[in-house]
Amino acid sequence: MVCTAPFLFDTLYLGGGTPSLLEAEVIDSIIDAVRNRFKFLKAAEITVEVNPGAVTFGQLKTYHRAGANRINIGVQSFDQSNLDFLGRIHTADDAIYVLNASRKAGFENIGLDLIYGIPGQTVTSWLADLVKAVEFAPEHLACYMLTYEPKTPLSIARKKGRFNPLSKKIVFDLFETTLTFLTTNGYEQYEISNFSKKVIGSPGLRRSRHNQKYWSAVPYLGLGPSAHSFCSPKRQWNHRSVRRYINDLNNGVLPIMGQEVLTRSQRMIEAFCLGLRRKNGISFESFNQAFGVDFEQVIGDVIPDLEEKGLIKADQHHFALSQKGLLFLDSITEMFITHPAFSAGTRL
Amino acid sequence: MNNIRNFSIIAHIDHGKSTLSDRLIQTADIVSDRDFQDQILDTMDIERERGITIKSQTVCLPYTANDGNIYFLNLIDTPGHVDFTYEVSRALASCEGALLLVDASQGVEAQTLANLYLAMEHDLVIIPVINKIDLPSADAERVKKQINEDLGLDPETAILVSAKEGTGIDIVLEAIVKNLPPPSGDPGAPFKALIFDSHYDAYRGTIVHIRVFQGKIKAGNTIIFMSSQAAYKVEEVGVFQIERLPQNELTAGQVGYFIAGIKTVSDTRCGDTITIKDRPCDASMPGFKESKPVVFSSIYPVASDGYEELAVALEKLKLNDAALIYEKDTSKALGFGFRCGFLGLLHLEVVQERLEREYGLSLILTSPSVQYELIMTDGSKFTIDNPALYPDPSGIVQTKEPFIRAAIIVPDRYMGAVMNLCLDRRGINTNYQYLTSDRLEMIFEIPLAEIVYDFYDTLKSITQGYGSFDYDLLKFRETDLVKTDILINGERVDALSQLVHRDKAEKRARQVCGKLRDEIPRQMFKIAIQGAIGAKIISRKTISPFRKDVTAKCYGGDITRKRKLLEKQKKGKKRMKMVGQVMIPQSAFLAVLKTDTD
Repeated sequence: MVCTAPFLFDTLYLGGGTPSLLEAEVIDSIIDAVRNRFKFLKAAEITVEVNPGAVTFGQLKTYHRAGANRINIGVQSFDQSNLDFLGRIHTADDAIYVLNASRKAGFENIGLDLIYGIPGQTVTSWLADLVKAVEFAPEHLACYMLTYEPKTPLSIARKKGRFNPLSKKIVFDLFETTLTFLTTNGYEQYEISNFSKKVIGSPGLRRSRHNQKYWSAVPYLGLGPSAHSFCSPKRQWNHRSVRRYINDLNNGVLPIMGQEVLTRSQRMIEAFCLGLRRKNGISFESFNQAFGVDFEQVIGDVIPDLEEKGLIKADQHHFALSQKGLLFLDSITEMFITHPAFSAGTRL
Repeated sequence: MNNIRNFSIIAHIDHGKSTLSDRLIQTADIVSDRDFQDQILDTMDIERERGITIKSQTVCLPYTANDGNIYFLNLIDTPGHVDFTYEVSRALASCEGALLLVDASQGVEAQTLANLYLAMEHDLVIIPVINKIDLPSADAERVKKQINEDLGLDPETAILVSAKEGTGIDIVLEAIVKNLPPPSGDPGAPFKALIFDSHYDAYRGTIVHIRVFQGKIKAGNTIIFMSSQAAYKVEEVGVFQIERLPQNELTAGQVGYFIAGIKTVSDTRCGDTITIKDRPCDASMPGFKESKPVVFSSIYPVASDGYEELAVALEKLKLNDAALIYEKDTSKALGFGFRCGFLGLLHLEVVQERLEREYGLSLILTSPSVQYELIMTDGSKFTIDNPALYPDPSGIVQTKEPFIRAAIIVPDRYMGAVMNLCLDRRGINTNYQYLTSDRLEMIFEIPLAEIVYDFYDTLKSITQGYGSFDYDLLKFRETDLVKTDILINGERVDALSQLVHRDKAEKRARQVCGKLRDEIPRQMFKIAIQGAIGAKIISRKTISPFRKDVTAKCYGGDITRKRKLLEKQKKGKKRMKMVGQVMIPQSAFLAVLKTDTD
């Protein structure tokens, strides 16, 4: 579609929305169809995203039989008042049910999503959520800070004063609580919001292979309404309207709503803003290779400065944000991308 | 000579002068419709976009009148802004008559009045033309009343037109032929012509625009400029019909051009008189003066290696802009640049825009300043416009600053607002009079320094667009001047220093510090921005270091959105200049330039 090269896929992710609303057999046939149509690695990571309250043990078993080997559960919180605030249909008990049922259905790789920064939350109540989550020993945890995206019902309600958002200070306390708690409980933070269980001998084993693709400019193919595909330097996305999506397919047209071809400067911005989210950070060598520059020569002076401030960690090969630095992700990204050496019109 | 008419169109900005010119040109049939481009006399992009004429043009229109004779109507275009009053007066001196164009819905404005006075000084015959009668808000009767009461002209002679729709254009052309007098002057007398403009042509050098008052000129003649006594051999004479049309000769009464191997337009002086060396005329045309810059600013390239490019661009621009003056300048913060003098703030903006647009330069301009006269304890006297050169204040006995006489016409309901604005700008209200029952003309004497910022914009906004403004320079008056400095992390940034009246210093320093705080990106360390007079700190702002971010998740569909956000930030912060340890974006310097509002 975007790329023409014959690809060997090593991950498949069924998610976004609530795929478990479909009959388990439909999921089964989708996985089957995709595996027949595209070349897949034998040990491919195949994830199904499920929402508590909308999935049964029986469904989970069918997924497993169909070849899924990873389940990602949108738990969000074990606290009912938080679930109510977020407008979730499920209860804490539903979440516990799905966690147990997934294990029972045979899944050895379970991911669990939590949200923090919810009005009313305290360090204590957030810790209770984390403790509860860790009790189930999930292989993967994604802890997302609540954000108020413009024009969403949540940000409109906030503007209207329907609730008191948490102060920034508390939100950052929660962020630090997350890091401290999870890293002392056997998890590594491999991206700003993603944690995986450390496995002796193979620490990165339980990272989401799929998620990591989004941050490393490798190609991926998105199917379904709104899905994004990427093959550097091109990105394209499908129609959001389900009807339009279906119509286009019925008419033999690719249901593409838009595309962009990234300029070098855009690719560079993405390399910084995505690379800095990751524990692996940015490798000097791949950066130099991708952009034909000598990073250290161009803005190498910035690195020791940030290091001294405790914002980044660097070695000979790469640099990444420190725990403190992660709190300043946007500012540090901005600093790199606005650096005169990378400004428009400046020859490197 | 009887079949020549020389005329200008005088009007306020936006009253439709360019559109009327277009119609006259179209009717005269010298440009094919295919080649016709709206506002044909405004050849620069900036002129079309801003709807103002910066460089005047002239065109000779052959017209067959109702009496069956062919007439040559010379339309002498004039620049349409208060900065260029002198250029307007030279153009008017070349005419026998003028069309006074008034917008049927806006009515008579200050600039119309000012230009009418100029026209009357030159004894021109005036034909009032009321334009835009097609607009629903047009009120021709009210405008006729204004023409009668404000201007003292016979309202019955006013012609109603819609230049946009082409109505009334024939009547205008007939009126030009019938009502304007033909030029007079003896073709046999010694040659005498007035320079009212000049422009630069890349192949031919300076094209000098002249009105011949007596005698004749042709190729091969040696002419002399009466002000400088410089002599040149004429290569070509001709008239303008959008393009240059060479002629054997130009004789008394005609308007046209000559080419004589003159390298830059600065070698010619608008308003100067030329004559022929072998048989010179007795006296120059009256009213010649050198147009003097009144607003000064330093221009620096953003790129540290951009000086040479800037020098080349200024040199080229100067070929066509005699009013622009510049000399080399250096700043500790910004490196090499040029100190430039302009006729006014509009002129400054036009030069800046042309340098950026036509020459692709990124520029930093320092805060505009007027010229001050300083009298020192040792009795010496000098003028200064550059804050960097301001001497130790203990050695100054007296400082003087230029004043202007501002004429403002507004509907009387805005009287209070205008009064407040002008008093706030240290103005003195010397006079006001009702022109009609609800419109008044207010006269203020205001320091020029107070209008070089955003006076005109502010006036427009407080009067909802109804206020109009014109000014004349007055003499220098005593003032109390101080130099305010801006310190960034304790380091004085010379390019941000300003000369300000003592009463305004604190407010101004506060505004500048505030603007800088908004424009300078956060950095890893705290940035202190201070305003100071000498060693005394009068204002202070700080930019706190990096702020913690709320981090959203970022997968396939989020990436483009996130990147676009970053691109926007990058755009706002581009073209940074490192000043000490702090990166200051170009936008910060530009914001300071315009600051005069809270």
